[in-house]
Amino acid sequence: MLQKYSSSDGLQHIKSEGVAILSSMQGVSQVNFNSDICLSNSLSQDCSSPNNLKKNSSFTKYEKPGYFISHFVERFIDTEVGQIPVVSSKLTFKDRLQTLGARSGITRNNYKVVPGLYAIGMPDENSEVLVTSNFKLTFDILRTALQSDLKADLIVNSSIKSSDSNKNSNKFEKINAWILVLDTLGVNVWCAAGKGTFSTKELVNRVKLCCLEKVVKHRRLILPQLSATGIRAKDVKKECGFSVIYGPIRALDIPSFIVNGRKIVDPDMRQITFNFRERLILTPIELTVGFKAFVFTAAALMFISLINSGLFSLQNGIKAELINTLDRGFISILFLLVGSLSGAVITPALLPFLPFKEFAAKGIIVGAIFSFLALFISPASSLSISAMLALSLFGTAVSSWFAMNFTGATPFTSPSGVEKEMRRFIPIQAGAAFLSLVLWIYSAF
Amino acid sequence: MRNMRYLEHVATLILDKEACIGCSLCTVVCPHQVFQIRDGKAVIVDLDSCMECGACVNNCPVYALKVTPGVG
Repeated sequence: MLQKYSSSDGLQHIKSEGVAILSSMQGVSQVNFNSDICLSNSLSQDCSSPNNLKKNSSFTKYEKPGYFISHFVERFIDTEVGQIPVVSSKLTFKDRLQTLGARSGITRNNYKVVPGLYAIGMPDENSEVLVTSNFKLTFDILRTALQSDLKADLIVNSSIKSSDSNKNSNKFEKINAWILVLDTLGVNVWCAAGKGTFSTKELVNRVKLCCLEKVVKHRRLILPQLSATGIRAKDVKKECGFSVIYGPIRALDIPSFIVNGRKIVDPDMRQITFNFRERLILTPIELTVGFKAFVFTAAALMFISLINSGLFSLQNGIKAELINTLDRGFISILFLLVGSLSGAVITPALLPFLPFKEFAAKGIIVGAIFSFLALFISPASSLSISAMLALSLFGTAVSSWFAMNFTGATPFTSPSGVEKEMRRFIPIQAGAAFLSLVLWIYSAF
Repeated sequence: MRNMRYLEHVATLILDKEACIGCSLCTVVCPHQVFQIRDGKAVIVDLDSCMECGACVNNCPVYALKVTPGVG
């Protein structure tokens, strides 16, 4: 065992740490480190035993031609079913940079980890199996949450309390577990469950593919509560023999859940939240998704601004009229921007404080206020009443539309409710936009 | 979450009380605590906070729950 971990390589420091944990761990002898019977994870070739390796090779025995070892993998542990990657519980600069990319929407649609079995810490055959999606953001949240500070008051299990005589209020709980990553096409747990990729079928297949029954002795899987939308626990048990235990909603609560004997000790762990931070973190994506529509609308606004009495008669000369057209174009784009930010950022941020239940109505309030304010800061003094009316109507309609769009990002809007809201507000938004267009063109003459 | 509620009287969740065996799995999976177990049976205690996610419907072992979400 020591020999296997002692090959010289860049990861030597981490690996020697692993050896220390390994040798101090109970029950490790029960895991068979020698035979590679089962398949998918196993890439090792028997002929390349550590003895045959050049002692000063810069490669580890885990590196294979044509494969990259993911940067979040610290080392590998050998099990009966092959080598299982052990993931780091800390985020690197690269992870954080990637998070920014995904949150802003630039890389969101292709931000995946390879599905399959991973390990965190030093799990053995009695360790829990945590099931998750293969969206890298989700995966990152899970692997970092498992070593979070665990509040001592959440630990009700007396044996754990007594074993730790030092009564530190923030106990550092290191969870050793297996992580089973399903192929959800890079979509988070809840959305994947809703769209049917985090499903009973995928779970059962993945359990079988990873030969989970040879990795752990027990027959239970801990699933995120929100995956229940796509899973039928009874069928999972029937089809692969593993029983489903629905854990907490948030990964951060998993240590408490496991330490307390797979029990929810705080009812809030089963309740979804949507606080200020959770709302705000979704707003960049709203803007990125709306960006295409924004550019298209901005181009249309420029074009509409060409409809201008002066440009056809050229009474003040072509240069002056072009400047006038550009001015009108830019000011309308300014109100498009104000409306977009009002609906996609400010409305979500202030969501619970705004009157009305319909998001579109909340968007109208915010949009109207900010459009009105924009009239003062913009070079609008030269504008006629009809132009001012047109611009604020436009900003308000845009805001309402973006706000309505946000119903798709919240964790409490029912599809039936959204349908009702859309039936009511789309005609209002379209009407306002049309009226605004008429007023805007009228104001040009 | 109690300060964020959506439209009332739109949720399409239906519970068949006769069929319910009181296993309480619906109270586990529901992210909005729509259910409570009373006298050995599930009861819908907060229909308006239902977001029609279907978790309870999917997991109910005796098919006692039904939801027909709109196209929102």
